[in-house]
Amino acid sequence: MPKGRLLAETAARLKEAGWGLDGYSASARLYRVKSRNFPRLSAKMFHERDIPVQVAIGNYDLGICGSDWIEELMVKYPSSALVRVGSLGYAQSALYAAFSAADGVSAVEAVQQRSGVVRIASEYPNLAEHFALNLRLRRFGVFPLWGAAEAYPPESADLALLCGTEEGLADCGLAPVTKVLAVSACLVANRNSWEAKDMKEVVASIYDEAAAKGTELETIKPYPGRRPPKSKISPPGADGDTVRLALPDGHQQSPTFELLSKAGIGIDDYPSPTGNRRPATDLPGVAVKVIRPQDMPLQVASGNFDLAITGRDWLREHLYQFPTSPVKELLDLRSGRVKIVAVVSNDMPVADAAGLISLSAGRTAPLRVASEYVNIADKYARDNHLGSYRVVPTWGATEAFLPEDADLLIENTETGRTIARHNLKIIDTLFESTACLIGSRRRVANVVKREKINSIIQALQTGVN
Amino acid sequence: MKTQRCKGTRDLSPDEMAVFRLIEGVFRDACLNWGYKEVRTPTMEYLHLFTSVGTLTPGMLERVYSFLDWDGWSGERVVLRPDGTIPVVRLYIDSLEKEKLAKLFYVANTFIFESTGEKTRERWQCGAELIGVSSPSADVELVMMALEVLQRLRIDGVKLKLSHAGLIRALLARLGLSSEEQAKVFDRILDGNIKELSELGLDRTELETLSALLGLKGKSATFVKSLKALLAPDLAGLQPGIDDLVGVAGLLEALGADYQIDLASVRDFEYYTGAIFQLFKGKGKIGGGGRYDALIPLMGGKDTPASGAALYIDRLMGLVKPESLAELKAPKILVRAKPETAKEGFSLVARLHKVGYRTEFNLGAQKVAGFGWTLDVQSKAPKFILTDRAKKKFEAQTISEVLKLLAK
Repeated sequence: MPKGRLLAETAARLKEAGWGLDGYSASARLYRVKSRNFPRLSAKMFHERDIPVQVAIGNYDLGICGSDWIEELMVKYPSSALVRVGSLGYAQSALYAAFSAADGVSAVEAVQQRSGVVRIASEYPNLAEHFALNLRLRRFGVFPLWGAAEAYPPESADLALLCGTEEGLADCGLAPVTKVLAVSACLVANRNSWEAKDMKEVVASIYDEAAAKGTELETIKPYPGRRPPKSKISPPGADGDTVRLALPDGHQQSPTFELLSKAGIGIDDYPSPTGNRRPATDLPGVAVKVIRPQDMPLQVASGNFDLAITGRDWLREHLYQFPTSPVKELLDLRSGRVKIVAVVSNDMPVADAAGLISLSAGRTAPLRVASEYVNIADKYARDNHLGSYRVVPTWGATEAFLPEDADLLIENTETGRTIARHNLKIIDTLFESTACLIGSRRRVANVVKREKINSIIQALQTGVN
Repeated sequence: MKTQRCKGTRDLSPDEMAVFRLIEGVFRDACLNWGYKEVRTPTMEYLHLFTSVGTLTPGMLERVYSFLDWDGWSGERVVLRPDGTIPVVRLYIDSLEKEKLAKLFYVANTFIFESTGEKTRERWQCGAELIGVSSPSADVELVMMALEVLQRLRIDGVKLKLSHAGLIRALLARLGLSSEEQAKVFDRILDGNIKELSELGLDRTELETLSALLGLKGKSATFVKSLKALLAPDLAGLQPGIDDLVGVAGLLEALGADYQIDLASVRDFEYYTGAIFQLFKGKGKIGGGGRYDALIPLMGGKDTPASGAALYIDRLMGLVKPESLAELKAPKILVRAKPETAKEGFSLVARLHKVGYRTEFNLGAQKVAGFGWTLDVQSKAPKFILTDRAKKKFEAQTISEVLKLLAK
């Protein structure tokens, strides 16, 4: 069952269906839920994006999630053991390819003609690649994102592939060029379970086949559909001496605001109650954008931003994937201190990394390592010679994976309380992470810009001290 | 013990490797005789080489092995070579473009995801590219070379089918289709979906004519006659394609090659522009090629005509008969020495290698039955005892005497 955007409507639907679930709510502190009315049914809450994967692997018989995440999996792995049972009819939206409205409404052909690299930002990297290949883009780069795709065009990407409504996109200054997929909440099943288990009663309680007619599930098809007329698109990187600064969204906003204040940097509408991602500052010639801290190192490496405030954990995650990346830490901002730790279930007879090695040596099945930090997790497994292992990428709520769906987590923790609450234990600490200012190793040729960057670093240094 | 080999891949055992090398050797000899030079390109290439219109279809591109390199933070991907021709064309543009005529050949593996289990995901092919010539003789040379290789491998009953991408495109253009839609419509005509296509607003009469045309088969003269009969008098835009196809077919006919024109025999003709030929043994396709005049300019090179051909080694391996391998199985010699004669034994092996005998030093684990001769090295006279398969013994005092005995 999904957390996040689908939770409220899904909970209402399941209540109506008489599932009698306790604890499936936004304020849930544990992820496991039992049904009072279907004694053979037990459920777990996941980040929506993890659900199709978990069902396809066979860890779950059924799942509810947006059809966008199903197609994101199926477009890359069409032979996954996943049955699209049908649309549940609610939470309807669409996946769009969109440009900045400033670029002109229809710039597909302009992008197709482009000889340079077309930058596509998306939380759906597989669908984005599929879209680009079918559009026959000559050269393209996909920036996989954790979120905030709407903030990228036009400066940081040429187009974004994102989920929403036409009005919603217009509010963000985007013009949808093509609808890639109609999206709604959807029921999926594992193929083997669907064939072997009797799930009729449970499925019928929430999915009415007859009523679902007409709201049939759309699956991803090869683009192109219609061909929009030509218009111009601004070439990337034409920003002269403007310094581009990325600030974090989410819970890092308050400490960041505090730091900026101490550094004497004034900023309006940050954190923004209306979701404004381009707050104004009193620094002349500095453009600020609010994006996910997870996405910042890649964005700085690609030259879309000059400076960014993120966490050292995400910087490391990036550098483990791209060891020659030009991104480096410029300043330790000393806030948001967390530890990156290795975590197992309390029931597992393992006390440290050495214990993991002997555990993995005695198993025939590969050790499943779940983490939001796939490259940090992979390096940890390699460095500790864990033998046969698999890294399971997750998108949040990773504690929910132990013990059934993973054997080891690589997680961040501030106090360790969440870990303890889920009956888990820390067996190793990989490193400590705090907020930090990152920038590029590449020399900035423009003198004015270079001085502006240095003065921001100076000001933040003062703020930290 | 569980198999640990990657799904969709194959190992080549010593016996299979011998067949592989035989095919490769025959192919290399033929190419060198025809004046082609060997090249080798890297296993990894940038994905964007293969993404432009006219290179690989999106359907193919969705099955390539692509990934971000260690410095791929810009999001641009690299790919395990999914095709043999495009990397060679890239090499030509990068470093050989000043040569007006380039005759290149390669033996390379290509990688394409395959889930049916009927084919492997890593495939080997030997191919030749003839860059800089646009005449039908160039296409015919490639066909003759491919046939020569098959003949030397003693693979007979090979069927040669000819088609023509330019002609198919000109025919599809009569329906008023863009180049992108053409390929899709072509596939659907071949699948017999004329009704569905006419519902999409395409002219039903034209579709039926086209379908009839694609159904035509035969030798050059009859083919052209039927083609003209079906289309007469409206041959606008088709003449260059017809002339080119007749030119290639006529020359092949004069050379005594058996062929059949079958426009519908091709499916994926994304980068081809002219004559396409395919080689079949039974139902299995064992090779093919064709003219791709637009590819080099499309990839950023000068406007240069080219055509190419490739034979699929994985398919050929199943067709090579054991007698073709006979020459690889010349009798071997096993040299047996005692610890005190080991030095003489090794010198003897070296000497025999020098004059071209396949000779092994006895390690105590070889089976004598696998050898044509055994040769014992003794510390006392007679120094050498040679035994043949029939256990007949011959004695010798010097290596020269041994060589004389072997020569007999």
